[in-house]
Amino acid sequence: MDTGTFSAKSLLDDLFDNGILFDSGVDGLYGRSGVFEEVIERFERLVTRLGAPDKATRIHFPPGMSRATLEKSGYMKSFPQLAGCVHSFMGNEREHAKLLGMMAAGEDWTELQQPTQVALTPAACYPLYPTVAARGPVPAEGLLFELSSYCFRHEPSQDPARMQLFRMREFVRIGAADQVSAFRESWLERGKAMIESLGLPCEVDLANDPFFGRGGKMMANNQRDQGLKFELLIPVTSEEKPTACLSFNYHQDHFGQTWGLQFADGSLCHSACVGFGLERVALALFRHHGPDVNAWPAAARAALWDA
Amino acid sequence: MIDQIRSLFVGNETLPFDVEKLADQDNLYDAGMTSFASVQIMLAIEEKFDIEFPEEMLTRRTFASLANIADAVTKLTTEAA
Repeated sequence: MDTGTFSAKSLLDDLFDNGILFDSGVDGLYGRSGVFEEVIERFERLVTRLGAPDKATRIHFPPGMSRATLEKSGYMKSFPQLAGCVHSFMGNEREHAKLLGMMAAGEDWTELQQPTQVALTPAACYPLYPTVAARGPVPAEGLLFELSSYCFRHEPSQDPARMQLFRMREFVRIGAADQVSAFRESWLERGKAMIESLGLPCEVDLANDPFFGRGGKMMANNQRDQGLKFELLIPVTSEEKPTACLSFNYHQDHFGQTWGLQFADGSLCHSACVGFGLERVALALFRHHGPDVNAWPAAARAALWDA
Repeated sequence: MIDQIRSLFVGNETLPFDVEKLADQDNLYDAGMTSFASVQIMLAIEEKFDIEFPEEMLTRRTFASLANIADAVTKLTTEAA
């Protein structure tokens, strides 16, 4: 792996050549090697250890979530271009024969599928909010969750740091505005210190989500004006456009309003999350420290393996 | 023109306020307009006045009050004339 040059396509080829990722025939869907997975496991352990004093409740949701929940969350207002819904064949034998005929003829057979109740999870925290709301009022001290999920976003790319299916680990704080702001502030510091301990160059910058369309430009400007999103950036495939590996998001009372998350006195909860893009962090480590993890700098090895 | 703009708010069910009770200078976001509601208003204004907001005007400030919106629409319709 040539650590001197930066190019998305050549990095992907390097990762294939070194047996770290495996091609599936679809851009953004890759097999992972054992060592790649080991790096992710070690990094997750580091994240959990750093967050341990906060005593978060851990929940692992599957990569598919309730489609009704996704609809109610407002995701389709902001990111219709990224969403994926699961469709399945629900017809009879006659329609099955038709499907096979269309497939054999190279026609679009997918019209014979119907939408299921399942949508692919776009971010680890989307299934959380209705789950919390169903438990009743939020206690005065607020709540803290640690989540992990495979996530889907439809943005095929040969940039290995832009996968269609990837894992996200998240801490989510639900509570009063000052509680969730303090949570985000503490992770802005902890996150940067953690990445620096791994010997990776990084910077934290104001950011916006990739909202859809021209209206999305306005949403993005609003988000920036209000300082709602920050990202920790590491050069992975480009020095000029470093990759967001951690993100720090303040949702104000958006999810509180949407899901009726409230305290016992009826006031709405605010929420914030810190997300760790696990494949992106692993890619950054391989990109900067090389394909052989045994040859990684001692500090990075100590942070991941010794603790 | 302000009345025309005001009329575009009337049918929007996502707004938690009665636009008839707001003064021209009142802050719409403070009154409860969400970012997404402001996008809907933006698109409705473009259709009504046959204009297109340039990217640099797609800001929170442009849509912060009825008066600000009217200023922006005036600017764009004057430029187009």
